[in-house]
Amino acid sequence: MKLRKQEIVKALLEILPRDAVLFEAEDLHPYECDGLSAYRRLPMLVALPNTVEQVQQILRFCYQNDVAVVARGAGTGLSGGALPHEEGVLLSLAKFNNILEVDAEERVARVQPGVRNLAISQAVDSLGLYYAPDPSSQIACTIGGNVAENSGGVHCLKYGLTVHNIQQLKIVTIEGELLTIGNSGLDSAGYDLLALMTGSEGMLGVITEVTVKLLPKPERAQVVLAAFDDVVHAGSAVGNIIAAGIIPAGLEMMDKLAIQAAEDFVHAGYPTDAEAILLCELDGTNKEVSEQILLVRGILQDSGATEIRTAKDEAERMTFWKGRKAAFPAVGRISPDYYCMDGTIPRKRLPEVLKTIADLSKEYDLAVANVFHAGDGNLHPLILYDANKPGELKRTEEFGGKILELCVAVGGTITGEHGVGMEKINQMCVQFESAELTQFHAVKNAFDKKGLLNPGKAVPTLHRCAEFGAMHIHRGELPFPELERF
Amino acid sequence: MTDTDISSDLQQQVEQAYASKSALRIQGGESKQFYGRRVAGEALDVSQHQGIINYEPTELVITARAGTPLKELEQVLSDNNQMFGFEPPAFGESATLGGTIACNLSGPRRAFAGSARDFVLGSRIINGKGESLHFGGEVMKNVAGYDVSRLMCGAMGTLGVLLEVSVKVLPRHETEVTVVHELGVADSLKKVHDLAIRSLPISATRFDDNALHIRISGTEGAVLAAQKAVGGEVLETGNDFWRRLKEQQSGFFKTESPVWRLSLASNSPVLNTDGRILYEWNGAQRWLISRESAGSIRDEVSLYGGHAVCFRNCPEQVQVFHPLDSGLLKIHQQLKQAFDPGSILNPGQMYADI
Repeated sequence: MKLRKQEIVKALLEILPRDAVLFEAEDLHPYECDGLSAYRRLPMLVALPNTVEQVQQILRFCYQNDVAVVARGAGTGLSGGALPHEEGVLLSLAKFNNILEVDAEERVARVQPGVRNLAISQAVDSLGLYYAPDPSSQIACTIGGNVAENSGGVHCLKYGLTVHNIQQLKIVTIEGELLTIGNSGLDSAGYDLLALMTGSEGMLGVITEVTVKLLPKPERAQVVLAAFDDVVHAGSAVGNIIAAGIIPAGLEMMDKLAIQAAEDFVHAGYPTDAEAILLCELDGTNKEVSEQILLVRGILQDSGATEIRTAKDEAERMTFWKGRKAAFPAVGRISPDYYCMDGTIPRKRLPEVLKTIADLSKEYDLAVANVFHAGDGNLHPLILYDANKPGELKRTEEFGGKILELCVAVGGTITGEHGVGMEKINQMCVQFESAELTQFHAVKNAFDKKGLLNPGKAVPTLHRCAEFGAMHIHRGELPFPELERF
Repeated sequence: MTDTDISSDLQQQVEQAYASKSALRIQGGESKQFYGRRVAGEALDVSQHQGIINYEPTELVITARAGTPLKELEQVLSDNNQMFGFEPPAFGESATLGGTIACNLSGPRRAFAGSARDFVLGSRIINGKGESLHFGGEVMKNVAGYDVSRLMCGAMGTLGVLLEVSVKVLPRHETEVTVVHELGVADSLKKVHDLAIRSLPISATRFDDNALHIRISGTEGAVLAAQKAVGGEVLETGNDFWRRLKEQQSGFFKTESPVWRLSLASNSPVLNTDGRILYEWNGAQRWLISRESAGSIRDEVSLYGGHAVCFRNCPEQVQVFHPLDSGLLKIHQQLKQAFDPGSILNPGQMYADI
């Protein structure tokens, strides 16, 4: 039998101090959404434990009483993964914000899940080390959330995603059991549960500790900026750099609208008449970087760049990056609202995908600024809209859904690094067959047979897909019939 | 290169085995039969399921059927100046891509570039109910759904029959040099860790009581510069040296005694175990030839947060893989049930009931 709110509050107050349980409406509002503010819902209550034992007790209680639990870090996620459950406990890990141990020789740091991504690199900076994955939200986002979403960033092509940069996790299961996954070596006995947990969006367990791998800071990093009068040329330049055997530390692309917005905002010195720019960062030893910069400049030239600039010093390198890193807020300045998409495609399909996005932009009468992690084919189209105009959010979501379906149609995926959460739950029905979704549910069931952890997220029910399919398959036709399928 | 798709036959065989509750022993090139626990069951031969499905060098990804010989794939990559970043050991001419991924074994480059699992982007599998399922994809970043493809790495076929695998590939290095220092183990451990916190293009290390071998890979100028920083005598036969080490053809591995693979924190000190020992991956992988009891070896390795696999010549009564604690074992059993409810896929290959 379901417990009433009062009874749950009473039970949690036996586990936590008075100020660590929030249940009055005014206290709940800060938790009503994550970084995807278009989705809002108040939790029944918020629990703010600060010991692993408390987390275990809370989960044990929720398991015994069939209460849903949604774990939350900094709430910067962009897919509604931390959207609260109205009859559930929102479990904030914000108080777990300590770096527990740094082993410089082994190049690992053991941290609590609420430690901010950037705080790790800052803490080990004096040792000449850093933590590689750098999502744009790294000032605010926490490592626990990074693991839950398998976060990326601009340096993924060379240094990998979160899954490549962690070594051990401690998690608490919904039954309250503390498990250690992974170990101090480079692999561990049994199944690769570390990979399974990474990117599992809080569906399988609650992360209470993360051991991250650290890298030595490269001797030198330098960035080259290239302008193009055609996005297709910029796209082929990306392929040409890779074909030459170079793996840049970062390879980013911005289109005209994004360039102009960024330039107006932070004055990075971008050429505002360009149709696209590429930022190509090379790092390594001094000699290696010198050799590769020469090569890359030649390739950019041959690929039709209209202008090529190498940052002359660290200050200029930071300026070049500042524009890219500020691209999202910059777009935020030119539009009342924007909606950030996150599909990945095979790089060679970039020109046709950009063209279709431009066509859709006309069809829906909504502008799009494109920012990409071009090196790994991860697109972030930003749809500009005004939430105060009736129907515009709905049109934006529909447009966004079309972009994601387009990504699947060209052999890509609906999410490169932001996760499925609530936002892309319908598009999961496009990317996966029923048997595959059923297999995902079986995996979930192996960890959480009552389905209490983050219910309704990440993996749609078959019933939901049937309804979504009924809406979207028009006369038995798939979307984008003109595109070749893989 | 052969191009044969037998996926529907394989799927049918699994369906039938599921219906009749009879165990299957998944078989590729049979190059790693020495590894893991013995499995009883009818052979499910994947070795004929061959061919490259998609390979675009500029996309840095290759997708091939699981029975494709590793040797052929490496040749194709090499023709395009690319390689598997994890330097897979083959342990025989007949090794297949599927077996390589199912065993998740990686070579000398592992500590510097990543493991087999790190490079897997997607897979098609047959689960224990005979369903053909596709997970992940061919793109570098993909967080839609649970990472089932990486879960398959090292699961030794106990969760699914690998049909196709997409693997990220890397450009080959312009040049490689191997240098040797005459050092004992303690000094070698110290030296590799001193080097590891500098940003140097080192791609392999190996040491024993007598010598430390270091491989440096990168552009010509970068290798030359790093060589100065690392020091030591150049070994002209470097390529052959690392290949023999990876394939366990060097003298160290010529033994009838059990060969243990120890995986632990790289800066763990010299362990208190009897026997000969060879170090790789900056000390994170150690090969131990010893007749000591499994219990004492595992107790020692556990002190340093590691695990021990009885890799070759494993006596019948010894548990091959490091025992799991009860919480993890329960999750393993439940995952096995989730993918293979009839327990027909390589049952007992890793642990007695998995």
